[in-house]
Amino acid sequence: MREELITSGRMNPNIDPVLHIWHWQIPVYLFLGGLAAGLLFFAAYYTITGKEKKFQTAVKYAPIIAPIAIMLGLIALLLDLRHPAYFWQLYTTIRLESPMSWGAWILLLIMPVSIVWIASYIKEIFPKFDTEHNFIGKILKFIIEKKDTEEEVNWDWKIKFLKIFEKYTIEKRKALAWIMIVLSVILGVYTGILLSAFNARPLWNTSILGPLFLTSGLSTAAATIMLMTKDHRERMIFSRIDLLLIVIELFLITHLFMGFLAGSQAKIEAANLFLGGEFTVTFWVNVIILGLIIPAILEALELLKFKIPVILPVALILWGGIMFRFIMTEAGQITRFLY
Amino acid sequence: MRYAMAIDTKKCVGCSDCVVACQTENNVPIGYARDWISETVVGIYPDLDLEIRSERCNHCINAPCVRTCPTGASHITEGGIIKVTPFECIGCGACIEACPYDARFFHPKGYVEKCTFCEHRVKNGQSTACASVCPTHCIYFGNIDDPNSEIAKIIAKRKYKVLAQEAGTKPQIFYLI
Repeated sequence: MREELITSGRMNPNIDPVLHIWHWQIPVYLFLGGLAAGLLFFAAYYTITGKEKKFQTAVKYAPIIAPIAIMLGLIALLLDLRHPAYFWQLYTTIRLESPMSWGAWILLLIMPVSIVWIASYIKEIFPKFDTEHNFIGKILKFIIEKKDTEEEVNWDWKIKFLKIFEKYTIEKRKALAWIMIVLSVILGVYTGILLSAFNARPLWNTSILGPLFLTSGLSTAAATIMLMTKDHRERMIFSRIDLLLIVIELFLITHLFMGFLAGSQAKIEAANLFLGGEFTVTFWVNVIILGLIIPAILEALELLKFKIPVILPVALILWGGIMFRFIMTEAGQITRFLY
Repeated sequence: MRYAMAIDTKKCVGCSDCVVACQTENNVPIGYARDWISETVVGIYPDLDLEIRSERCNHCINAPCVRTCPTGASHITEGGIIKVTPFECIGCGACIEACPYDARFFHPKGYVEKCTFCEHRVKNGQSTACASVCPTHCIYFGNIDDPNSEIAKIIAKRKYKVLAQEAGTKPQIFYLI
């Protein structure tokens, strides 16, 4: 029985008295990465299954958020680095053992893929373009020109290369969707594996974190699509998808705790942070009740034809998603091996 | 060849000489430390058992810090010494999170720093700074692969333990008990 452990002669900033190396940047990035992965996954999935017409928002409009989210996430990551001037060292090597190396390369690949995806839909997203009175239109005047036609799209590219490129991306959309679905799943799982690869932090060191973060990312993406869509049928389908994802998430969280409680002393102490310890209230109120159970009830009521303002479940799911990542990052750093 | 260290917990008095010697020898920035003293008290008064340990990077064979480093800045050099190349380090903190011993920290300049087993001294045939100043001679340092070395002999003779063995890191600092 260990009664007391005193460490003296060491007071390293951010290490003592408890480890606190990763601050808000990492959970924010994990949230945005998961959201982007989910959005791109749904867009790719409905393209592969040939349901683009049925799920216009998921395929066409929602992916616009993905590169923006990835970019903001990358800014957060860059802010997290203490030696940021050397960030390019990430791209001088591929280290298969390091999840962070995987992540850096996946982000580098998924960013252009998502931008090309949006570019292939640009004429459908912006069919009318005003090059005379609109500020952005005036800037873009040197690459696009207005056409005086009665067609749906009233503009075209001035540069021939862009025309060819656009035509090519539209033709190859299905192939692009296959690439995107693979990359998005890797990105979604990676946000969990980034944490689970750390053996030294018992709370993170569980393989269930990968699927759990992927499910959570898909759930936040489904919620975002629910908020964006104007098509009632699409919203109902995503509401149903989200309900299923929430149930899977609750199931995975139950398994997470079962695994911990059946584990070593270090794992039991990690679980106890949430079962009576200092994160109990924060976790159960924000993640389980507000982030999962209440939105699940609201979505179930909606399916039973009750009128529920869409912003309610969506805001709660996004809140739960971001809080889950904050709590996992914060709590994980407190847990450690006991010796 | 593999460098290793044995620390006699029966002889260590926790004077922190090793900590100060390291800070001086390696120009460790003020307020930081690459090694430290842990005191564990086990039992219920009056039946208490006190163990004092001088702790530092364990220069693990299966080093999680090297595994998680995204750029390869954390690497294993000759003799199993784990080092960080400052200009390859991006300061992401992954290795710090990965270390079960909390042996790493951010240098104020941003890169990660840690115990180097005094590589510059060891290369010239000297012992590490901490081992050479220890007033109770409780730190043994040397090539564990050489059966005639002091450390190999004491490890063969005495009972020992390693820290957080269940972390699977195969640490190379042995605590004689």
